[in-house]
Amino acid sequence: MIEDLRRTPLYDFHIENGAKIVPFAGFEMPLQYAGAGIIAEHKHTREKASLFDVAHMGIIKLEGEEVAKGLETITPGDFLSLAVGKQKYSFFTNENGGIIDDIMVANYPNFFIVVVNAASRNNDLLLMQQKLANYAKVTELDDYALLALQGPMARKALAKIIPDVSDMTFMQVRESQFMNNPALISCSGYTGEDGFEIAVPNYLVETLARKLLENPDVKMAGLGARDTLRLEAGLPLHGNDIDAFTTPVEAQLTWAIGKRRQIEGNFPGKEIILAQIANGTDLLMVGIKVDSKIPVRSHAVIKDETGDEEIGMITSGTFGATINAPVALGYIDPAFATDGINVKVVVHGNLLDAKVVNLPFVPHNYVRK
Amino acid sequence: MSQIKFTKEHEWVILEQNTAVIGITNHAQEQLGDVVFVELPQVGETIVKDKQMAVVESVKAASEVYAPLSGKIIEVNSSLATSPELVNNSPEKDGWFIKITPENIQEFDTLMTKEEYDNFIKEIF
Repeated sequence: MIEDLRRTPLYDFHIENGAKIVPFAGFEMPLQYAGAGIIAEHKHTREKASLFDVAHMGIIKLEGEEVAKGLETITPGDFLSLAVGKQKYSFFTNENGGIIDDIMVANYPNFFIVVVNAASRNNDLLLMQQKLANYAKVTELDDYALLALQGPMARKALAKIIPDVSDMTFMQVRESQFMNNPALISCSGYTGEDGFEIAVPNYLVETLARKLLENPDVKMAGLGARDTLRLEAGLPLHGNDIDAFTTPVEAQLTWAIGKRRQIEGNFPGKEIILAQIANGTDLLMVGIKVDSKIPVRSHAVIKDETGDEEIGMITSGTFGATINAPVALGYIDPAFATDGINVKVVVHGNLLDAKVVNLPFVPHNYVRK
Repeated sequence: MSQIKFTKEHEWVILEQNTAVIGITNHAQEQLGDVVFVELPQVGETIVKDKQMAVVESVKAASEVYAPLSGKIIEVNSSLATSPELVNNSPEKDGWFIKITPENIQEFDTLMTKEEYDNFIKEIF
C-alpha cells in the first residue's frame, strides 16, 4: 500500500543532517540523526538541550468570546479558570469516557491554541469545527510549524534568540517575536525536562533551527529519543497508552479533570468517568520497571509474582537510557497497582522479574514558579 | 587462512579451519539502531541453519537472528552481556555472537561473498 505521506517544512533540513526517515502518523519524520543514535540523543537531551521537529502536530486556533465555555462541552477540563498566559493538559472524551485525543490548550491574550496529536489532527479539527461552531472560530494554523527545544540548557539557548522566554515557568505561554514575526511559545514539552515548544511561520522554522544549532549545547533529536524520553518521564502516548477505549481515570489522568467539572458533571462520558472516580476501575495505568536489560514491548502480558495469574498488559516499553534499564507503561488490576509490587512480564515466552513503580521513572525537571 | 561470507539475513560468518565465527553485519546494526541486549544460545547447544539462534534487542525493537550454518556452539561472546553496544561499535569484529563447529562445511560455500552481499544491500535499497 502506498501512503500519501506528508512532510514538515524541515524535511530537507533533516535529510541534510543525515536523518533516518520513518513514516509516523502520516508524516515522513526523522527517527534519529547521523552520528548519534537514540541513546546518544536521549542522553544529550537530559544533559544539554535537543531540538525536535514536532511540526507533524496540529496547531488549532480558537477565537471568540466563549472559547473556554465551548471547550468544556467536549473535554472534562476546567477552562473557565485557565488564566491568560497559561496552558493546560486535557483530552477530548467520547460518550464512553474514552480519550479521543489528548491535547494542550493555551490561553493567549486574543485567542486559544489547541495542540493536537499528528494522527488525530484532521479528526480533532473536524470535531472542534462541528462542536464549537456556536462558541468559536476554529482555524488550523497550517502556515505555522512547531519545534520543541528540551533539556536543561534549552532556556539559555532559546533566550539568546528570543530573550523574553528567560523568566517563563512550566505551562506558561507567551506570544513573542522571531525575526519580526509572531512566535507562539509555551514552556512545556514531552521529555520531563525544562524546555519550550515554539510555533513560528513555516518559512522561518529552518532559520530558527539553524540559529539554535549554532549553540554547541543544542543538537537535533528524533522521534526515537522523543519516545524513550517521554516514557522515562511517565507520559502516555495517545494510540499506545491511551485511546478511545481507555478512560482518563484508568490512565491515572484524573488530575486533569477539573474539580468543578466533576461536581457539575457535564462533559462527554461523564456517567462512566464519574462512576470510575467514585468506585474505581478494573484496570489502572502503572509504570513497570524490569530487573534485567531486556526491554519489554507493547502487548507483553503482565503476570503476578507467581507467574500464574494474568493481571495486565504493557502498552509501551523501551530502554530508558537515563535509568539504564527497560521502562514500560501498562494497565494492570488495581490490586497490584502499588509502588514496589513484584510482577512478571512475559517476553519471548520467558517470565521476566519486574516491579510496579510510581511514575515518573526519571524526576521531572520543570521550572516552576 | 580465513574466509568471510554473508547471508541475506545480514549475518556474517568467518571460517577459520574448522571453526565458524558468526555475527551480524554493519548494515544490520545500522538498521537496528542502539543495541541494548543480546540473547545468545548456550555453549554445547546445536544451531540449525535458517532457524532462530539469537535475539537482538535494540531501543526500537526486538529482532531475531537466524543461524547461517548448522553446528555445535563452542563459545559465545560473553562481553555482549555487559557491553551490548559492541554490536553497534564493532559489528564485524568485537561484536561477534558465537563460534561453532559447523556440521557441514558445504553450507558455507552457498553463502554470499562480500561483493555479492554488498550488491545485495544496494539492491534492497
